[in-house]
Amino acid sequence: MEEKKDSGKKNFLKIFYEEISRSSVTIIILAIVTGLILGGILAAATTKEIYEAFDESFKTGITESLKFIWKTYSSLFLGSFGNPKKMIASLSSGESAEMRKAFKPFLESLVVTTPYLITGVAIALGFQAGVLNMGGEGQLYMGSIIAGWAGWTFKGLSPIIHVPLALMVGVLAGALWGLIPGWLKAKTGSHEVITTIMMNYIAFSLSQYLITGPFVDPNEAFKTPFIEESAHLFRFFEDPLRLHIGFIIAILVAVIAWYVLYKTTWGFELRNVGLNPHASKYAGINSALVTILAMTVSGALAGLAGAVEMLGVNFRAVQSLTTGYGWDAIAIALLAKNHPLVVIITSMLFGFMRQGSRVMQINTGIPIDIISILQAFILFFIAAPSIIRTIYRLKEPKQTEPSSLISGSGEKI
Amino acid sequence: MEPILELRGITKRFPGVLANDHIDLQLHKGEILALLGENGAGKTTLMNILYGLYSPDEGEILINGKKIDIQNPTDAIHAGIGMVHQHFMLIPVFNVTENVMLGNEYTKTGGFLDKPKAAKQVLDISDQYNLHIDPNAIIEDLPIGLQQRVEIIKILFHEAEILIMDEPSAVLTPQEVEELFKIMHSLIDKGKSIIFITHKLREVMECADRIVVIRAGKVVGEATPEKADPEKLAAMMVGRPVELKVEKELAKPDGTVLEVENLTVVNKNKIIEVDDISFKVSAGEILGIAGVQGNGQTELVRCLTGLMKAQLGKITILGTETTNRDPRTITELGVAHIPENRQKDGLVLKIPVQDNLVLNTYYQEPFAKGIILQPEKIHQNAEKLIKNFDIRTPSSMVPVSGLSGGNQQKVIVAREFSRPIKLLIASQPTRGLDVGSIEYIHRRLIEKRDGGCAILLVSTELDEVMQLSDQIAVMYRGKIIAIVDAEIVTKEELGLLMAGIETEIDTERRKPRRVHEIVT
Repeated sequence: MEEKKDSGKKNFLKIFYEEISRSSVTIIILAIVTGLILGGILAAATTKEIYEAFDESFKTGITESLKFIWKTYSSLFLGSFGNPKKMIASLSSGESAEMRKAFKPFLESLVVTTPYLITGVAIALGFQAGVLNMGGEGQLYMGSIIAGWAGWTFKGLSPIIHVPLALMVGVLAGALWGLIPGWLKAKTGSHEVITTIMMNYIAFSLSQYLITGPFVDPNEAFKTPFIEESAHLFRFFEDPLRLHIGFIIAILVAVIAWYVLYKTTWGFELRNVGLNPHASKYAGINSALVTILAMTVSGALAGLAGAVEMLGVNFRAVQSLTTGYGWDAIAIALLAKNHPLVVIITSMLFGFMRQGSRVMQINTGIPIDIISILQAFILFFIAAPSIIRTIYRLKEPKQTEPSSLISGSGEKI
Repeated sequence: MEPILELRGITKRFPGVLANDHIDLQLHKGEILALLGENGAGKTTLMNILYGLYSPDEGEILINGKKIDIQNPTDAIHAGIGMVHQHFMLIPVFNVTENVMLGNEYTKTGGFLDKPKAAKQVLDISDQYNLHIDPNAIIEDLPIGLQQRVEIIKILFHEAEILIMDEPSAVLTPQEVEELFKIMHSLIDKGKSIIFITHKLREVMECADRIVVIRAGKVVGEATPEKADPEKLAAMMVGRPVELKVEKELAKPDGTVLEVENLTVVNKNKIIEVDDISFKVSAGEILGIAGVQGNGQTELVRCLTGLMKAQLGKITILGTETTNRDPRTITELGVAHIPENRQKDGLVLKIPVQDNLVLNTYYQEPFAKGIILQPEKIHQNAEKLIKNFDIRTPSSMVPVSGLSGGNQQKVIVAREFSRPIKLLIASQPTRGLDVGSIEYIHRRLIEKRDGGCAILLVSTELDEVMQLSDQIAVMYRGKIIAIVDAEIVTKEELGLLMAGIETEIDTERRKPRRVHEIVT
């Protein structure tokens, strides 16, 4: 009797283990952990002091390395989340200045997360429809600069009109930048990876031209004027805390995208076109239209991200403003398996790392680039899950994961 | 005589499934052993164990009486076992010799490939077994039947004694199947032994020396073709008595539903696929389209259902002209379509069964209100159809990719039949399915016909067309070369027509048949 029970339990554990080891979530978590370990080793391996410690003795070397890695990641944590002790202390003291200081890293991370989140959803939406939008960066640029233009050109408007107006033109600019490759794909079969990247170059050059030419601030070269006060996005706290309403907009975008994708007929059509354009055509779905719309909406959202960043954080465009948001967003979408709600979490991962790495650089002298390398490791492991499966002896998944990434790309439909 | 290959007590468990349950099997030298069973019975799992792709949980494999351990395909090849997979493992842009020598290359001094030597050996093998393969032909230029022979050469090149052929006939035309059987016999004449996996009774009866029937992972019976009775074999395979006969009343045609006039379809490469075709289908009758694969049937169906544009001609469905209209308009007129390629066109494999069941009605009441989907209604619909159409699935929420081929087809049939339809266009509705599913789908088709639906049935299986149709149109090189009464035409006459030979059919001399016997 006892024995039987025991074996039942064992079976349960076994089944549990099987399920866990096959799950793609496990892969993602292990990829992040492995990335962090390798990133730590790499950070230590590029530091002079560690080599000096190893010269002294092997043991000192190892201790110093571990100390160093600890310092690196703790300052990454402090930089992105803040110091929990200080947070609690400031809350109990009730002093607003203290509270602002203690919560600043966390709130700043949310500021950085905002464009990641919106662009991440934009890219994920495209992937779900089977279009590989590599043009997030260019769409974001266009959204940003055009929203800025609306911000400084119209004067004397009420914020209630000015903010939505500026956001709207930014969205339209991004939408146009998505519509063109979408239309080309549907009508000519040209591959959207090529066309969207080309559209990026056009966006970069065009914005450089605008910043140095028509949009230049008469008093300052290579910069545009500041946008009007009335076009500023609402901020929740006093300076220097920059958390603005854009973060709420971003969360709303993710939730609405999720709702539309999974709860409406539009989403049903979009996902099916992404998974099987042939069956979609058979089912009477206008695949070409869905492709064009998906690309346009993806571009529009990336444009929104740019507009929000302009009206909430930058307030002006300066030459050589490289954000990288559009590129990282591809990784964010992939990490989230293109699920808009999961994008909230993965974009935070990127946002918090980006914010924390600045503090880390100041405290440890480790260059910010180490974070890029770390992110690259994580992505590498997610893109090649069999490496993680081999390292951790995981089981193969029961069936292949949906790869809406590959299906439908490059085909005329 | 000692068997060349013996499997003892092979057991393989997958999570939740006992795929092979203590299977014992013996293969003698120089025989064709047919492994007969429905899709999902465990035949392929067993052969994958033998070929080293899976390792068994229990049991042992003996070759010539000696126990051997097969960990991977390389071990299997060394043990003299070769496998022709259902989907060929060939590199399309390489030529025959290159494909054959891949993984076992002859080299000259300095590591250069010795292609002439390999080519000569390919030619020798080809001559020895009458395979008629040019060693220098590029794979992608060869028809499927010849590509399969390249796979066989590949195995012989590795000096295999035991050949496993996994559903080799599934991808072949009837003529190619005949050729394949000849090759199989010439192989055993030269002392090779063959395990032949199939679910087609007719093939088993035609070419096997011995038949082993597998159901639900167990060996359930053994027979020889001389003594076996197809009906008993089918029952053994399916686990219940199977009607191999379809009984149907004479059709009562009632008013034209589909009218096609002078239809011409040209493909992307400007080749005429459908050439000036005209025909009519009435309510309550089945018009079968017979023909060898690739004579324009695919394009005809795609054009009728709005998936392809017509260059000339006119299509009228229930009085509405539908030439070059979009698929949705045509569907909404009450047209159902069972597509030829169910996984490509008929299903979105990665979404749940319940979503596939509303794939073309998702936007209509009650499945959507405005643009908001109604998951409750979609779910209820699925539960109902799964029950009514006997779809074997763990739940309505699993992706349809997890279902067997027969059940995937049932999903399509359920979806298309659950709408009020007036015209059904069914293309290869039973291709690749097992006896149980074929029987089921045939019965449903007849039911629909008797319910007053007009049916256009396209099939390359001559037996199927003959048994189900009331009228048969034969397509050859894009043209309909004859429309004949299915009740009186003979198989031989149809065969001639399918080969493009115009044949006089004497309608007076024969009495119509009423009951058709089939051996699938």
